[in-house]
Amino acid sequence: MASDLTKNKGLKRRKFLKYTGVGVGLMIGGVWLGRNPIRRKIFELAETMIAPYQGDVSDPLIWIQVTPENQIILHSSKVEMGQGSFTGLAQLAAEELEVDVEKIKVVHAETASGNIDGMGTGGSMSVATLWKPLREMAATMRLMLAKKAAEKLEVSIDDLAFANGVFSAKNRGITYGEIVDGVTDWEIPETPVLKKRSRFKHIGKPIVRVDLYDKVIGAPIFGIDASYSDMLFASVVRSRLVDATMSNYDTSVAENMPGVIKIVKEDDFISVIAKTQVEADNARHKITFDYTTNRSWNIADVEKEITVGNGRKTIIQKEGKSIEEIDEDGDIISLEFRSPIGAHAQMEPNGAVANYKDGKVEIKISTQVPKVTRDEVASALGLSKEDVNIVPTFLGGGFGRRLHTPNAIQAAKMSKAVGKPVKSFFDRKQEFQNDTFRPPTHHVMKAKISKDKKILGIEHQFASGDTLFNSALDPGVEQMMRADIGSIRGGAIIYDLLPHRTTYYHVDLPFATSFWRSLGLLANAFAIESFMDEIAINTNQDPIQLRLNSISNDNPYGERARKVIQACADKAKYTDQISNGKAMGFASTVDGGSPCAHVVEVSIEDDEIKVHKVTVAFDCGIAVNPDQVRAQIEGCVCMGISASMFEKMDLRDNKLYPINYGAYKMALMRHTPREIDIVLLEGADYPGPVGEPPMGPIGAAIGNAVRRLTGKRLTTLPLSLG
Amino acid sequence: MKISFIINGSTKSVEVSDGNAPLLWSIRDGLDLKGTKFGCGKAACGACTIHVDDMAVRSCSYPVKMAEGKKITTIEGLSQEGNLHPVQQAWKEEVVPQCGYCQPGFMMATAAMLKEIPNPTDQDIDDNIINVCRCATYYRMRKAIHRAAAINSKNL
Ligand code: FES
Ligand code: FES
Repeated sequence: MASDLTKNKGLKRRKFLKYTGVGVGLMIGGVWLGRNPIRRKIFELAETMIAPYQGDVSDPLIWIQVTPENQIILHSSKVEMGQGSFTGLAQLAAEELEVDVEKIKVVHAETASGNIDGMGTGGSMSVATLWKPLREMAATMRLMLAKKAAEKLEVSIDDLAFANGVFSAKNRGITYGEIVDGVTDWEIPETPVLKKRSRFKHIGKPIVRVDLYDKVIGAPIFGIDASYSDMLFASVVRSRLVDATMSNYDTSVAENMPGVIKIVKEDDFISVIAKTQVEADNARHKITFDYTTNRSWNIADVEKEITVGNGRKTIIQKEGKSIEEIDEDGDIISLEFRSPIGAHAQMEPNGAVANYKDGKVEIKISTQVPKVTRDEVASALGLSKEDVNIVPTFLGGGFGRRLHTPNAIQAAKMSKAVGKPVKSFFDRKQEFQNDTFRPPTHHVMKAKISKDKKILGIEHQFASGDTLFNSALDPGVEQMMRADIGSIRGGAIIYDLLPHRTTYYHVDLPFATSFWRSLGLLANAFAIESFMDEIAINTNQDPIQLRLNSISNDNPYGERARKVIQACADKAKYTDQISNGKAMGFASTVDGGSPCAHVVEVSIEDDEIKVHKVTVAFDCGIAVNPDQVRAQIEGCVCMGISASMFEKMDLRDNKLYPINYGAYKMALMRHTPREIDIVLLEGADYPGPVGEPPMGPIGAAIGNAVRRLTGKRLTTLPLSLG
Repeated sequence: MKISFIINGSTKSVEVSDGNAPLLWSIRDGLDLKGTKFGCGKAACGACTIHVDDMAVRSCSYPVKMAEGKKITTIEGLSQEGNLHPVQQAWKEEVVPQCGYCQPGFMMATAAMLKEIPNPTDQDIDDNIINVCRCATYYRMRKAIHRAAAINSKNL
């Protein structure tokens, strides 16, 4: 267990050794003779274009623990938020450890264990970035076990046989658990050669999720389920207004409410601590205060700000002239698109359970960024990083909503103030009001078409609120990257055979915006792929052919993208003819190197858009777990339908609305397509991103189908026939 | 005030200062049964769904005082003698959960529906299963609901 690893960290070595198996290696520096880490990073970047994992992958012992009871525990620095990476990572480890996946228990690594991931969990990067490092660590671990087995059996390592998790020689067998029993000293050897893909036994198999049983029985695995004995409950006052400050608090009524233990007044927040959650919330509602707003904000003001031409300009692509500069004769076609403020609406609200004691604090929390949380709690409380331990729990949904740290900092401060463990969670209203929203966007798409229907150029200009710089990334990222690569996602035009340009305007808004599953992709793809359909109609081309003819092999994903486009069209039997009141719509994207295409079948019933069937072709390279890749595609399709057809936030008199489910319209069971037909292409020999790329095409695909049905081009999300 | 009820087969009491407080918190924090989830507090998402006298109820909006003397089932009591309930079995076979947070509520809602409608049509499912799943696992849930109905009819 991770807690054993960390709790024992301060103990004397002998005692420590009594309680753990291989985990002791944590205390004993090994010699890593594997590949130079800098070269590894460069190599991986060049090979896969996936940013490398940012943490320690040189020490198998902080990742893989074998207990004398013969249990294998994988301490994952990546958190499980539903995306299934615990299962994928277990498959990678199982492959090189030569054990069945069911033999491996996956737990979240506490930050005190030393297994810390600098990037956090997001960007669909967990399995992709650990693809090689984790297999290398598992292979190295197995070699370490083999060496010890040979020592214990007093044979040469070459004389060992291995079957069913047991090393044997001279008619004696020894399990992994028996090997580690009593071992205190490990030497980490050079990384062995990894298995070839053709020999994979676990990777590529639809293994059932390792967390399935817990999630079917309702086990208490989430942050909101965490507790300490003698714990108190907190309710923090939050601003209802955007761009406002609060002052003149009156807590006199709250102080005398039943169950209230303390009113905590810190520089930056006020809260009630009580015996129960209900008592804390009831008392918090009795605290009064005044607001001062800087200026008034309504949704129209936001839209005015978020308009192409405003804000900081970044040219992303310049592969041709701007449309106005093109000399050849032709017609300019132009469309403007908008996407709204989107809420995360993840089911488990944000919060934390903190236990501050004797200058140290432990925090149990659903977070995508354990390291940043540790660092920021340490600096807010004036502690050293070693005195803060973040214990990640399962997340009741992430989607980019758990990259921020105020809940953890406040819980820690309150626990310190009251001298007991404190649990502090948003209620749903606070969750909506304090969301770090998907920023609204505005897009101007232009193309020039010659008289003989040749496309002379295409241009995408867009404005978006912040996604990246506002989130809990290490400072310096903004400097290093200069442009907000989050908002840009999906913004570049992949049709490199057409002269093209893309320009981005970064606009600051008076409320927090940040990562939302797939970031800029949802909105950018809606604009670009709707416009591509419009160009196809304008130039009398088949929309599939137009795309196929516009992507070259120079594009690093060109060939894979074309295969995906063709496979999707073939599987769905795409046609632009309407039959039985149903029309098809097509769209395709390449996100993070994983091409995806959708064909939707849509009808209009009682003035509402109805999506009957979605065909998806997707190439994420190796599908480590094809069943979970499918699950992610299904989730992306349905969440994408929800975001494209229903969801939007409003801002009136500095108040964000709605503030609960129901009022915030979302797709439910009845809006779910009856058929989702998936074709997986594995066009690369490594796994690429899975959990977000399939969000890309859906909005445009639906809009394109509606265009064919009605002749009307929908240019605003959520799509409405209105 | 003290409220007593039968929950998952055993009689339990909880002490509350406010009888109008939601039953949800007495179940989660009072009795430490954490499978019933908080999602919205306004009967709008279904994460807190339990059975009260065999009817599906959203416990975040059910005053604890009304539970006096009632028979309550939560996800922890859905399985009997260690055997998964057919709904849980079907959920497992279809590998429905992603983050898993909404799932107890959906399984409780489904179990209640199947008592009323043993073989639901897709339309019945659309009309009756109106909880929120942000991971949007609806596609597999629909399959799991049909599978649970099939498991049930085989058991009969
Ligand atoms: S928490 Fe009860 S319905 Fe949402
Ligand atoms: S599985 Fe995550 S909310 Fe339903």
